[in-house]
This record gives sequence, C-alpha cells and structure tokens, in this order.
Amino acid sequence: MIKFVVNDREAYSEQPGDTPLLWVVRDELGLTGTKFGCGIAQCGACTVHVNGVPTRSCVAPVSAVQGKKVTTIEGLSPGADHALQKAWIAEQVPQCGYCQSGQIMTAAALLAKNKQPSRAQIVEHMKGNICRCGTYNQIVAAIQRAANEA
Amino acid sequence: MKHIAFTNLSRRAFLISSGGAGIAVAFGGMLPKKAFGQAAPLSPNGWVRVGTDDIVTIYAPAAEMGQGVMTSMPLLIAEEMDLDWSRCRVEQAPYNPKVYGNPLFGGLMLAGASRTTRGYYQIMRLAGMQARAIMIDNAARRMGVPAAELATEPHHVVHKASGRRMSYGEIAAFAEVPAQPPNFTPAQLKPASQFRLIGKDIPRVEVPDKVSGRAQYGIDVRQPGMLYGAILRAPVNGEAPVDVDDRAARDVPGVHQIVRLPYGVGVIAESYPAALKAKGALKVTWSERSKARSYTPDKLLPEWRKQVNNLADKGVPYETHGDARGAMEKAAKRVVAEYTSLNVTHACMEPMNCTARVDGERIEFWAPTQSPFGVFLAAVKGLGFKPDQVKINTTLLGGGFGRRAENDYALDAGLMARAAPGRAVKTIWTREDDIRYTKPRPMTVQRLEAGLDAQGNLVALHHRIAGESVYRRFAPPAFQASGGKDLPLCEGAYELSYGIPNTALEQLFQETGVDVAVWRSVGGGYTKFALETFIEEVAAAAGKDPVELRMQLLAKQPRGQAVIREAMAMAGWQRKRPAGRALGLAYSDIWETFAAMVVEVSVDRKSGKVNVHEVWSAIDTGVALQPKNVQAQIESSVVWGLSALREKLTYVNGVPQQSNFHDYPVLRMNEVPKITTKVIVTDNKPGGIGEVGLPPVAPAVANAVFKLTGKRLRDLPFKTETLKA
Repeated sequence: MIKFVVNDREAYSEQPGDTPLLWVVRDELGLTGTKFGCGIAQCGACTVHVNGVPTRSCVAPVSAVQGKKVTTIEGLSPGADHALQKAWIAEQVPQCGYCQSGQIMTAAALLAKNKQPSRAQIVEHMKGNICRCGTYNQIVAAIQRAANEA
Repeated sequence: MKHIAFTNLSRRAFLISSGGAGIAVAFGGMLPKKAFGQAAPLSPNGWVRVGTDDIVTIYAPAAEMGQGVMTSMPLLIAEEMDLDWSRCRVEQAPYNPKVYGNPLFGGLMLAGASRTTRGYYQIMRLAGMQARAIMIDNAARRMGVPAAELATEPHHVVHKASGRRMSYGEIAAFAEVPAQPPNFTPAQLKPASQFRLIGKDIPRVEVPDKVSGRAQYGIDVRQPGMLYGAILRAPVNGEAPVDVDDRAARDVPGVHQIVRLPYGVGVIAESYPAALKAKGALKVTWSERSKARSYTPDKLLPEWRKQVNNLADKGVPYETHGDARGAMEKAAKRVVAEYTSLNVTHACMEPMNCTARVDGERIEFWAPTQSPFGVFLAAVKGLGFKPDQVKINTTLLGGGFGRRAENDYALDAGLMARAAPGRAVKTIWTREDDIRYTKPRPMTVQRLEAGLDAQGNLVALHHRIAGESVYRRFAPPAFQASGGKDLPLCEGAYELSYGIPNTALEQLFQETGVDVAVWRSVGGGYTKFALETFIEEVAAAAGKDPVELRMQLLAKQPRGQAVIREAMAMAGWQRKRPAGRALGLAYSDIWETFAAMVVEVSVDRKSGKVNVHEVWSAIDTGVALQPKNVQAQIESSVVWGLSALREKLTYVNGVPQQSNFHDYPVLRMNEVPKITTKVIVTDNKPGGIGEVGLPPVAPAVANAVFKLTGKRLRDLPFKTETLKA
C-alpha cells in the first residue's frame, strides 16, 4: 500500500506501484478534474503538484509519491477561488475546457515562484500544455490578470 | 489535518460509486428557497420546466464542446419567455429528437457543420414565446382579467392597471397547459432592438465547473460497479481479428474478460491500467483483405492528379451555373492550378471514450458525443436494441471538431457492455488509438481553371475535387437524396458569393478504404485555400489588384465587401511593413457568415519556415448571440487553421504513421501570434461561427508568402522546403 497526502487529506492506494498516479487520482480517489490527454507527458492535461512541483501524473508511478503531498485542481483552493480560477472565469478562458485543469495547475506553479511574470516568461513556462481549442492568448491574459489582482 | 482515507468510500480500489454523471449546471447568485412547497414543476412545452420555487430549467439541445451553445441556446428561450437569467438552470436535453432535433439536420439531434445557432435560432425563440403565453393565460384566469391586459417583466406576469404581479413560480403551482398550446409565427418574435439577453455577453454557464475540476466529461463518468475497457484495434481500417492468443492477457491481475469484436479485441478489467496491460499482452493476427491496404498517399496523389486533369472524366457534378467549359473555350486567357491536401486528424484533448450499461433488454449510454442520433443508431442498427430501450445521456465534450459526430466509440461501449451485462463499462481510447484510428479529413487533389475575357473579367471557373466521399459512408440518405453531392467534401466551393457567370464544380470520388470524416470546417479548409490563392493568380493574369478583383466579384455582396474593407483597415493595409514582412488577405463566405482575414508573415529563407506574426479578422455573422463568444470562436479556429498549415496524418499501405503529440504536433502557446477579431453586428439572421476563422488562414498566409518569395504554395500542409533560398 502506498500512502501519501492528496489535497491535505491522507490517502492510500492499493494499486500496483507502477500504476500511473493519474489513474489513482481519477479512479481510485474519484478526483476526475485531472485529465488523461496523451499518456506520454506531451500535453500537460494531467498536471498535478507533487510537493509543489508541477508533475505529469500520466507518467508518474504512484510509488513515486509515497509520503509526498499531491495537489490536484480540486485542492488548489478551498472554494475554487484561487486568483487564477477567478481570472479564468473573468476572461472566459475555457472552451471545451478539458485541458484547463492542467493549464491552471501549471500556471499556479509559475505564480508561486514568480509573482509578476512577463509574457515571455508565461509562454516559456506554459508551452508544454496543449489547448486544442487554441485558448492560448486568453490563458496569457488570465495569468496576467491573476498576477495583477493577487 | 483531517484524516479521510478515500478508500473508506469502498474497500475495493477503482470501484468507487460517486453518484451519477449529472450534468445540470446551476448558475446565478443566491437561489431562493422553495417558497411554494413541493408542487410539481410546470412544463409549458418540452423545452422548459418552471419550478414552483421559481427556478426555471431550460434544456440545451446540442452538445457543448466549447462552442458555448449550453448558454447561447437556452438564452433564446429565456429571451422570449422573459426569464430572469439568474434563476435559470440549464440541463443537457435527453435523446428526444421530436422535441430537440435540429431542423437543419432534418430533425436529427446532431451538433456540427456550424448549424446549431442557425438551426435553433427560430424554433427555440418560438418555444420561449409559447411558454410565455401559457404563463400569461394562466395568470389572466387567476387574476380574472383579460390576457391582453397583462405583460411580463423578467420572471413575472404583471397587471399594470391594478399593480398586481405573479412570479412564474407562483403561476406554476396552479397553471395548466392547454391541449392545444398557442402557436406563434416568426413575425411575432421580439425585434432585435428589444433584446435583453441576446447579444449581451452573458457568462457561459459551464465555465465555473471547467476551472474547478467539477465539469463532467464523458471520461469522468462514474457508475456503481463500473468496469473499464480498452480495445486493441485492427492496424488497418476494415480489418478483423483472425487468431487471438489471449492467454497472457487473461493472466493480468484485474482482468475481467476478453471480448472479440468485429474490428478488434476488447479487454474489460477492474481498472483502466489493468485493461491497458492486458491489451498490451494480446497476440492477434489480422485479416489482410481491406481496400485500405493500398492506401499510400505518396503513390495515390500522382494518379489523382492525372484524373483531375483528364477533363473527359466529368465525375459527379455538384453545382453548375451557365456554361463553364463553353465560356472557357471562348476566353481570352486561361489560368490553371492544382492543389493538394493530406489527411489531418482532430486530436480532441479528451480521447474518444464512451460508457454503457446493458440491463436485460435495455441499454444506457453516457456519451461525449456531438451526435446523440449516432449513438442511437449504434444501439439500434449496430447492436439490435429496440428504439424505446435505448437511453442516451450526453456529457460535456472535451473537444469535438467533427470527430464526435461519428459513433464508433458508442459501438465500442455497447459491444463491451453487452459482454458484461448489469455492469457499466467505460471504454477509453489511448491517445495512440485516437490518432491512428481516427476518421480523418479527406485527402484531396483540386484543379481550378479560370477563364478571363479580353477586358480581364473573370467569366468562368471550373473547379474539380478528387477525394473520398464523406457522406457516402457517414450520411447515406442525405448523399442519395442529393443525387450524390458530398456536401462536406465540397464545402466552401459551392454557392460562392463571388459573382462569376459560368461555374462548374465536379467531384471525382475515390475509394480508398479509409473512412474519412468531417473535421472542423471540412472542405472549407482546402477549398478556400485553393480558391483564395487562385483568385490572386487570376488577378495577376488579369493585371488587376487582387483586392480590387474580389471587390468587383462582390459587387452584389456588400457584406462581403465590408468585412474585407474592415480587415484591411484593422491591419493598416497601406502601412509599410518592416523588411522581410508582408501582408496577405483572404475571404470566406461559408455558413452564412462573412469573414475576411489579413495576416502579417515573414519567411526564414534558410529553413523555409513561415512565421505568422499577427492576424486580423473581420466577421459579419448577422445577429451575434454572444459577441465575445463569437470572437473567442473565431480566434479558436484561427489557431486551428494555423496548426493545420503543418498538420498531416500519413499512411503507408493503410497503416497510420503518427500516434501522439510528439509526431502529430499541434500548435502550442509559443507559436501563437497576436490575434485581433472584430465582430460586425448586423441585423441579418445569425450565421455559423464555430468554423469560420479557419478557411481564410491558409490562403491569407500563402498569399503573403508569395509576396515575399514569388512562390505559390499549393499544398496542405505547406511544402516549406520549396521556400528555401
């Protein structure tokens, strides 16, 4: 059994240690905000934080989070009112919305270490996350809004 | 720290029940407490349910895949029924085409082809007007006044003379729906000047759930005792398993059963990772009989080119005006060019998936689908269920782009669920399966020929398109009824708004064995690329400025002229650009929406790489239901169009050669230019908006590239190596 902390709650998994964290989070723990996109760390839809570091849960074996703190989109803020989430609504960023959990989690890691990122820094940090609806410019605007309003 | 072991929910991992897959979306501020007890809600008609607590539920008839219709369609009811939007809820409509079918699809429930707004704009407003009249009539009886003395204010019927007012919830508690509900005509609908909701940028109802992680897509469906499915699909379209060695697969812990399918082998397991492991352990030999085994585009393109140039082969005519060949014979000058486009795939961020459960004679689906109709067909024709034994729940869609207008994933789900009766089975495609076993946009070769008279007027246009038919497979009744016209294949090439006296559009159907399908803007992606670059070649031959030529051809289309003028003004068309930069322009008229686009481009002559620095679009879509959402849709389809400049799904002997985002790269944030969009609101009836940004992208960029390099790009994806110097 692998024990870890998810969104400030203790959790454990009874799946084999090589099971991707993604499926443990989604199916064993029922936190379906984290999405399956590619399975090979190419799109970022599955991004969660492990000890604060943005991590592609589709390629992270659950054994790797033993004793660590995992944060998913559901745990980013208690009332889904993180500055980024508010900015995402204000800018009406999502279209299909499927990639947006991963986008927000990736952006949250940026703002945690850089309170006022430049456009270039945002793009450099976010370019690993695919949005097939092409909401990229809205994502940049929302990150800038969150940075300015935080 | 709170201690909650998630597994308290269930001793068995991966078997957690967390309620249904409800997709109702509540919005607005504080909802009032139930003021009138538990009386049953009133349904003035099938579109709307008025609760005695004043909460009004409106059904959204079309799938929400990012285009905003979960908001913009219910708003139509709210506008005419005079509802207080903060006390409305939206629910995805159940499968009931008699009420929720789209008239533009002959009453089928299907979202696509930019037909949702165009199809529902009138009928949903009429339904709202009818519901409002029923509220008024009931209030009139209760108040004892003539209905003509009553008016409505949001969520209320008011009697101005006496000052009395009743909320819709109060009325719902006693109201009766007449056996013959009042009917209205379009002429009785509100004039646009009185719109309170339409055209006002109401926030989209499902967006809060999409940023909190609560939004329920198909892949998020959870049912009690649910099992997971993965399918090993035939490597080539049309093949079937011959020998299956599943011994190793059965030994994988958690495997429930192996299911032989007509087109693959399925694994049902207690968890998705277990299903994938077992899938990887299957050893299958496949039939080798499919026509698709000869599908190698590199070899086929030269044959198709020959065919489009053999004018004796007239193919199947699509549209004819005047006498194009006759005019061509008499023309003072002719211009001919050929264009190719390779297959491309949708790569929706949510891979194909579907959940189904079979209980005795009944089947229930939870489907992220553009086409509840297609799911229904899969159940009735594919699986043999009776129509009244099929229940379909449409979830949110993590992208559609035409891919989810198909129903292959629903057939998967049904076949897998039938093998495990009583248990829901969620079958998920891997990304590799999603790319390889897509149904791509058709590969095409086009030949365009123009005839100019002695004064340089464009008097004839002959357009020939070679490609696999989409409709012959996807919509046989529509295909046959039209006399063999493939609407998606030829999209963008017919009903041109350019005034050209003699035109002929011909289809040269191919049979490749690869199922091709609709893909955002379908034909518009390659026909407008051809037409809008070709028009500039024609202008050059006529010694005219290409914009002037377009303006002349649009002499009777002021809306078309206006968007071109506006896009040029936005871009500062006359302003000198830095060295190495040039502007290109293109125009599109599909889906009853007029669009013009200007792009600023540079070319790296060492690598041939084309850089798009800025994009300006002007759109006239008539009444814009949600102007900012229209803008977002245009920008989305511009990004999609830029991505398509380099996308290709290639095949060798029918075997797809790409499999995931590393070898099928789509546009990323660092590649997106500045995009500016102007939505010109006119009082024309609303056109489609989900695809219109795409068709002008490729030709606008190619036209700019010509200015910079003198080279005509005539292939999609662009053959940028030809730009090296």
